[in-house]
Amino acid sequence: MSATTPGLAPISVRRRASDRFARGILLALTLIALVPLVLIVYELLRKGLGAISWDFFTTDPTGRTCFPGQTTCTIGGVKSAILGTIEIVALAAVIAIPFGIGVALYLVEFGKTGKFANVVRYFVDVMTGVPSVVFGLFVYIVLVVTGIGGTFAAWKGSIALALLMLPVVTRSGEVVLNLVPNQLRESALALGAPRWKVVFSIVLPTALPGLITGSMLAIARAAGETAPLLFTSFSLLGTSFALGNQMNSLPIQIFNDVQAPNDAIVQRAWGSALTLVVGVLLLTTIARLAQRRSKLT
Amino acid sequence: MAATSLKTGTDRPSRMLGRSSASRSLDPLMQWILTGMAAFILLLIAFFFVRLFVEAKPAFDEFGYFGFTFGSDWNVAKNIYGALPLLTGTLITSAIALVIGVPVAVAVAVYVTELCPQRLRQPLASLVELLAAVPSVVYGLWGVYVLIPKMRPVETWLSDTFSFLPLVGAPVAGPNLFIGGLILSIMIVPIVSAISREVILTVPPDHKEASLALGATRWEMIKMAVLPYARSGIAGASMLGLGRAIGETIAVTLVIGNSPNMPKDIFAQGYSLAAVIANEFNEAASDPLHRAALIAAGLVLFVLTLFVNGMARNYVHRAERGQRQVPKGMAA
Repeated sequence: MSATTPGLAPISVRRRASDRFARGILLALTLIALVPLVLIVYELLRKGLGAISWDFFTTDPTGRTCFPGQTTCTIGGVKSAILGTIEIVALAAVIAIPFGIGVALYLVEFGKTGKFANVVRYFVDVMTGVPSVVFGLFVYIVLVVTGIGGTFAAWKGSIALALLMLPVVTRSGEVVLNLVPNQLRESALALGAPRWKVVFSIVLPTALPGLITGSMLAIARAAGETAPLLFTSFSLLGTSFALGNQMNSLPIQIFNDVQAPNDAIVQRAWGSALTLVVGVLLLTTIARLAQRRSKLT
Repeated sequence: MAATSLKTGTDRPSRMLGRSSASRSLDPLMQWILTGMAAFILLLIAFFFVRLFVEAKPAFDEFGYFGFTFGSDWNVAKNIYGALPLLTGTLITSAIALVIGVPVAVAVAVYVTELCPQRLRQPLASLVELLAAVPSVVYGLWGVYVLIPKMRPVETWLSDTFSFLPLVGAPVAGPNLFIGGLILSIMIVPIVSAISREVILTVPPDHKEASLALGATRWEMIKMAVLPYARSGIAGASMLGLGRAIGETIAVTLVIGNSPNMPKDIFAQGYSLAAVIANEFNEAASDPLHRAALIAAGLVLFVLTLFVNGMARNYVHRAERGQRQVPKGMAA
């Protein structure tokens, strides 16, 4: 080493110090980014676990504000909110996932780089950027104010969430479908398979794990949304399985509980928040696992 | 066995090559259905825009387009609606979010791709992305019960120390614009750092190795080879983060204070376009002008995000074009 580097000046003390300093700053900022995560998880566990009990999952919120001393008064759990979130999000998924994948299929299999396909791509991009509260407002104007099938209803909330999920499903779907090797399509066509058979027996099964990942991430995003539901499905205390009626949901329940003047209700909000975060993490984990099973890269 | 298969093969050549009419008509059918779905998206967005506009029209008719957007008085009791205080609140909180969030996010991206030990890269990146999995209402809950009380002394110190700056110096309110911006900064870190990380990964190893070979330290390599190359992608990532911050509703509603006065201080209570919609929409149900004003606020918000996201797309495209041009430039 020393024989080959006699002509090179050693790195000056100043440059060495500034290198160390800059690296230290980068590390410190990275650690700062993790601070809120640690704090949120810590508070969720500390305050949320205390709220969780058998009753928490098996009773509906009573809607009463119980003050200390009122011994016979109960605030209830969040059963209706958990079931409501599952119902609303499931319906949203049933609407958004087939539709989103259909549009992605159009873009990849038929539209390709044509003018119309590019316009569709552009507007799917635009949809991604629309704030969720504006989607809520839109569904409120179109479906709630006009009174189609009553005023506030769970299925209207599902539509608002579906609008939110649609661009996520389409964009991730397009990426995955583009990864399906063209040789597979060409081989199937050469064997005499019609286009629809190529799509349903070759393209979709090959892309399936990736499509599941995209859909799960879309569902996870929709499950935590509050603003669109505020205008559409809000809000009933009891458990309901009628999608044509108002329905409770976890985000709305938390939003209502946050500013309650009662510590027990605030604690219920922490418990609901913990439940919601665990649910979302579960969906994200399933999405990651599906991605790992994918053979497309 | 061979004979029979040969026989069936030679027996039915016409049936193998020709298709039943049902099967033939399925192809155009599928194409039409899928094209219809794509066209439906365009119709949906057109309908979306038209309906929002029609419903907001009464507010624009009453106050004028300019008068509504830049009117400085939002007074429900007097039925006067000017969106400037809300617009200002949205811009102040988003600006705070960018000032705090972007340096942190870019530092994470640089650290994870260039400095961190190989084994820690994926776990660290996943941890930061976990921040994106936390729902907005949970950030709001955490903001109200943890961030606001904990940040109070820090804010008081900041307010006293930097009172010479504009928009700083008044007494610190509990919920305020700064807290809103701080929460937003946490919420935009995962998206900005994820996109920045992807952009930084596209920096050609040749550039980095060349600068190291010339005797640059790691930091000099990052400063001279990595960041200039990734600059336009990072700008795009920040713009996408800004779009997120502008549209974020529930977390901000819970911590911003919800006061429609023109903000004179970042530590005072304020309002944002998204928050006003979420908050006042219940009372507006019976008052057509109030409702139209809220929808108009939604329209202003929509146009703002459209503009910001358009700029983001521009930057990202420029980054992609730049990458394609680099090999050509090096060959020449």
